[in-house]
Amino acid sequence: MQKTVLSGNEAFARAAYEAGVQVASAYPGTPSTEILENIRQYPRIDASWAPNEKVALEVGIGASMGGARTMVTMKHVGVNVAADPLFTFAYTGVRGGLVLVAADDPEMHSSQNEQDSRHYARAAKVPMFDPADSQEALELTRLAFAVSEEFDTPIMLRSTTRISHSKSVVTLGEPCEQLPATGLQRDPAKFVMLPGNARIRHPFVEERLERMAEWACDQPFNRIEIGKGELGIITAGVAYQYAREVFPDASILKLGLVHPLPTRLIREFAERFKTLYVIEELDPFIEEQVRAMGFQVVGKDRVPICGELTPGRLRKAFDLETPEALEVGEQLPARPPNMCPGCPHRGVFYALNRLKAFVTGDIGCYTLGFMPPLSAMDTCICMGASIGNATGLSKVLEADAQQKLVAVIGDSTFLHTGVNGLMDMVYNQSPATVIILDNSTTGMTGRQDHPSSGYTLSGEKTYQVDLEALCRSLGVNSVRTVDPYLMAETQQVISEEMARPETSVVITRRPCVLIKHDVLEKKPPLFVDADQCTACKACLKLGCPAIEWEPGAEGGKGFAKVDRLLCTGCGICDQVCKFGAFGVCNEE
Amino acid sequence: MKNDGITNILMAGVGGQGTLLASEILSEVLMQAGYDVKKAEVHGMAQRGGSVVSHVRFGPKVYSAIIPEGGADILFGFELLESYRYLPLLAPQGTVVVNNLRIAPPSVALGRETYPRDIPDKLRQRVADVRLVDGLQLAEQAGDPRTVNTVLLGALSNLLDPSPDQWLAAIKALVPERFQQVNLEAFDLGRAAKA
Repeated sequence: MQKTVLSGNEAFARAAYEAGVQVASAYPGTPSTEILENIRQYPRIDASWAPNEKVALEVGIGASMGGARTMVTMKHVGVNVAADPLFTFAYTGVRGGLVLVAADDPEMHSSQNEQDSRHYARAAKVPMFDPADSQEALELTRLAFAVSEEFDTPIMLRSTTRISHSKSVVTLGEPCEQLPATGLQRDPAKFVMLPGNARIRHPFVEERLERMAEWACDQPFNRIEIGKGELGIITAGVAYQYAREVFPDASILKLGLVHPLPTRLIREFAERFKTLYVIEELDPFIEEQVRAMGFQVVGKDRVPICGELTPGRLRKAFDLETPEALEVGEQLPARPPNMCPGCPHRGVFYALNRLKAFVTGDIGCYTLGFMPPLSAMDTCICMGASIGNATGLSKVLEADAQQKLVAVIGDSTFLHTGVNGLMDMVYNQSPATVIILDNSTTGMTGRQDHPSSGYTLSGEKTYQVDLEALCRSLGVNSVRTVDPYLMAETQQVISEEMARPETSVVITRRPCVLIKHDVLEKKPPLFVDADQCTACKACLKLGCPAIEWEPGAEGGKGFAKVDRLLCTGCGICDQVCKFGAFGVCNEE
Repeated sequence: MKNDGITNILMAGVGGQGTLLASEILSEVLMQAGYDVKKAEVHGMAQRGGSVVSHVRFGPKVYSAIIPEGGADILFGFELLESYRYLPLLAPQGTVVVNNLRIAPPSVALGRETYPRDIPDKLRQRVADVRLVDGLQLAEQAGDPRTVNTVLLGALSNLLDPSPDQWLAAIKALVPERFQQVNLEAFDLGRAAKA
């Protein structure tokens, strides 16, 4: 079979194709996003972005009820949103196999927490596979569809950043040619979860887990690799690779299925070794269950619970020799991510800083508005939280402090879980201001479409949510739209709406500079006339990556300069300069 | 410690520099040359001008995709400061292939911190084999300043087994057709450059 290099996310997508998946749904979230983006290349799969993970899973459940094999993908925190349908779907079971890929982010490369999705599998009583590389991502996912149907259960696949975004050599399988027949099939005892039916399904769920735990003892994905000596290691997922590398001689029980655990197999393995390690990323999920079986193990007393594992960290945890490392020997300036040159959010945060607003923030590129020099964000909890947080704060503030409250939320995030918050803000009469930063895309995850972008995942034109009309229909009397490139007007409108003693919405509308649809006008870059620049540094307060401070030679005055390769010509620097030092380059 | 037959290449640069495509081409050529290859990197925040790294490991059998501290055989840098930052991952006997380019991070652009001086000298004080490549100049010579990443791959290719033909095949497999000619040119210039 054909060999190729695939990321974990590409392998998950390929597995969906090989397994005959017909429907896929997701809300983008790092590190899971590219799974659906890769599924798009297989025309026989109906793949679509949902407004949030709960809807994505509900769409998936519906397709499964119709007999189709279905994949639903999300990042770890997305599972929190999808948890409601998940826990009951575990009771009903499936018709067509359903796989939910949950991608964890140990180390929080691009997340607000590092929750461990394995707890969801256990809490929802759903089996979970934990692949260790792209080949396993392909094989275990393909297998998961069959297992889902055989055991009548949804299956969770756990990924992590290092699985999803690492590439390794994969041997592809054959795509199944015969897709399952789909159609309506009434089965209310199975799918109508009223107490009477659910009471019958719950014992089935418990018995199903017991059957799977026994079955899993003899499956090749739970395997023992016999080594030399007295050390036995139980591990799973990407941690297996680190354990294998750091302890090349140890015997290893490598688990492919982390819920339910194959207790008989674990017992057989554990009884053979004097010393038993459990090496896993994040929480002591396997460790606690092995301890509960009565075995002494070394685990989180040595292996860090916070952050991702690496071979180096594992060596350190077990006091093993680490190679000599070169030293830099000086403090280096950090290079955090930044809003892009020309980002339409920049001017909004500049205005919020000037207005000394108390800003409840949300999840997106604009969370970078927290960083200096914009420094205009005071909270960030989860998708959609900005609006509810502002409502709650307003309940305990005096009128003058209430006027400082501004919730900022992106267009995609607003449609994800912000709409309910705004409904509540109006209903319960909070006087805060909500700014919807409408850049016509889901920016942070790499520009995915959503219900108000006007396009589907496949790039086709579709209906477009009218954000102004939506806000008005929720009862917001004052909904105003501004172009955030117009600095004075943007600040003026925000200031007026902050003063308004009722809920108000400001929509700042300007497409993301990286957007893929052909809607951007190209503008010539700007330059700074060094003679006009008074070194007041007002433009630096924008934090634009295209503007750099040039310190003056020995005692002389410095000046700002523009990197013309980075500059998009948005011109907000020209608007904050009181001395007319910026000019527009002539197009050659 | 290094008896596993694995070669480790750590790529360091700034989001937007094309490190991702370069690491794809590198992995492809190594796979085609018959090695087991693993590559790890982080997407998401990276495109916003932040510091980016890719770990590429190859050999008969690779487990971890991540290179441990002091374990990189080659530090393959797209920008001076980012290369210097990841120096602790390089083995003391390792090689540095680095683009002679300075991109100011935000604190430097704001005038709050200064960009470290004389990074090539500092690298040479610590590492015997440092190869400085004028990536932008060669890319412009090839005909497109966006081919810096391919120029750098050309310079890197001198340290690796695959033949120029294998590299060209990998570039052809991964670069859109209309950019292939200029990228092949860029690769040759990078490979021929005196570093």
